[in-house]
Order: sequence, then structure tokens, then C-alpha cells
Amino acid sequence: MKTATLAEINRERAARRPVIVVTDIGNGEQRVVKAADLAGDPLHTELDRHLRMGRSGTVEIDGRELFLNVYAPTAKLVIVGAVHISQALAPLARSLGYDVTVVDPRTAFASPERFPDVPLIAEWPDVALPPLNIDHYTAFVAVTHDPKIDDPALLHAVERDCFYIGALGSRKTHAARAGRLKAQGVSEAGIARIHAPIGLEIGAISPSEIAVAIMAEITAQLRLPKASAA
Amino acid sequence: MLDRDDDILKAAEDWQKAGHGVAIATVIETWGSAPRPAGSSLVVNDEGTFLGSVSGGCVEGAVVTEALDVISSGVPKMLEFGVGDETAWTVGLSCGGTIRVFVEKVG
Repeated sequence: MKTATLAEINRERAARRPVIVVTDIGNGEQRVVKAADLAGDPLHTELDRHLRMGRSGTVEIDGRELFLNVYAPTAKLVIVGAVHISQALAPLARSLGYDVTVVDPRTAFASPERFPDVPLIAEWPDVALPPLNIDHYTAFVAVTHDPKIDDPALLHAVERDCFYIGALGSRKTHAARAGRLKAQGVSEAGIARIHAPIGLEIGAISPSEIAVAIMAEITAQLRLPKASAA
Repeated sequence: MLDRDDDILKAAEDWQKAGHGVAIATVIETWGSAPRPAGSSLVVNDEGTFLGSVSGGCVEGAVVTEALDVISSGVPKMLEFGVGDETAWTVGLSCGGTIRVFVEKVG
């Protein structure tokens, strides 16, 4: 591996941008494919599949054996609302490998007793969210049911291009929310990126089941090809 | 978390900047029940110090020895470990899997 290649991989990883190193096993030749260049790459299909799965592996192209080494950033989950659902969602997401943060300005909700071992920020979204460096490898859920907290949080999530954005609330609640967000300048495309009602439809009732539905929807968004993602 | 590597590539870069010879060994293929998935790697410097893991401890010793050789020769190597091949009685994977490890020098 060239010194410059190693430095480039480390630079991209530090910036939380995915990168794939393609090594020709036959002759040791290597090239680095950054996320931004993925769409135009001749190996687009194979690279996209491996990146979505976060899985390295070998492929054979025109009789050559190529090793695709995938460096995907650790996905983050930001939960706005230290509610009952979040108490089930936070440990579930951690078991799936996500870095989890819970934000809620209401200190009675955001208490360490209710969220052992989870980073908690008892601040309003405008204070709590900017330092979290929310990015494309972040899933974002707003579950307070309180527009004063959820709306500004969702505005931030749409701006930061989270790979998943979900919000609690019925279709009616969401329609009202969409109206408010539009009034604040969010585009139709931005509104369409918000999953509400939140989670896959699995008939979830209890907070734990709703947490499963949310993580299932987030997983689908992360792993499935874009056209068929839920 | 369960599926996270330590930041060993950063260590490799730092070692090289400090003037060390460095090699990277990466699992490129697995068969059967291999302990570490493809993409797992370890980095070695010319003093034999290594970080990371390609097999959870079964064959690291042999990989480090080969890596020192790669550091001095500069020629990449493909290693294969598994029960059933001729190295099984010296080093092998007790779980019965087979792994292929690519070892390359940095620089």
C-alpha cells in the first residue's frame, strides 16, 4: 500500500466519509474509491452493494480477482425525546453497533436513572444538536410528540442529510407538522424524507415493539438499495 | 461495539511517519467458520509490534513473522491458514475454518 493511499484512507475515515480500497490480488495494484466518486465508477454495482452491507470481500471481474475493502463510518443514532420508547430504543440501537445520543431539554425525562450508560444531553435542540456533527451516517428520530422540541430538531436533521429521519405521530399529526415545516422553508423533498408514522408496519404496540419497528426501518434504509428502501 | 476495529490504520500511519517499516495484513477471504470477517486487519512494524487481529489469536504469530519478511523484501504475500493444509499442525484455526490473508508493505 502506498503511503499516500494510507493517508487518504485515514483522512476520509476521520471525516466520517466512507471509502473503498480496491486491490488487484494478482499484481497488488490498488486504488481508492471515495463515496463521492462511487456513482461514476466502473465497478459501481459491486461497490454499492458492499458499501451498503458494510462488508468487505473479493469479486472476480474479467478474470481478475479484486478485493474490495470497505471502510464505512460507524453509524450514529440521535434520539430527540427521552421518552418511554427511547428507553427501549437506545439499548437496542447500541446492540446493533450504533453510537447513540439522547437529547431532551426536559431534565425530568433526560435523567441518568432512565438512561443508564447512554450519553444524554438535557438541552434544547438548537444548543444540543450542532456539536453532535450529525451527518449522512446518522439516523435521526424525533419522538417527544411536542412540536416545540421535535420541529427544530427535524429541521436540523433535514439540513444535515441524515440517512434516516423518523418522527412520531399519526398521519394527521404529521400532516400538520409538514405544514409547519414547509412554513419554515423545508422543501417538499425534505418533508418526503421524514418517515412518519415512524417505523415499519409490524403491528407494534408496546414501547419495545415500536423500538424494533424503528430499528427495522433504519436498517432497511441503511442496507437496501435506494429504490426498494422502505 | 461488537463489530468495530480499533483505529489501527492511524497507528500504521504514525509508525511510518516515525520512520518505521510497516506492513498491513488483511483477511481477504474466509471459508467455514472463520473468527474474523474479510476486511479485518492487523498492522505490524519493523520491531514486531502489532495491533489488530486477523483470526482472534490463532495465527497472529505466524502472520507477524511473514509481515516482517514483507517489510524487508517489499514484496506482498498471500497467506492461507486452515485445518487440513500442511501448516495445520503448526498454526491453524481450531474452529475448522480457512482464511486467506494478504500482507503488503506500506510505502
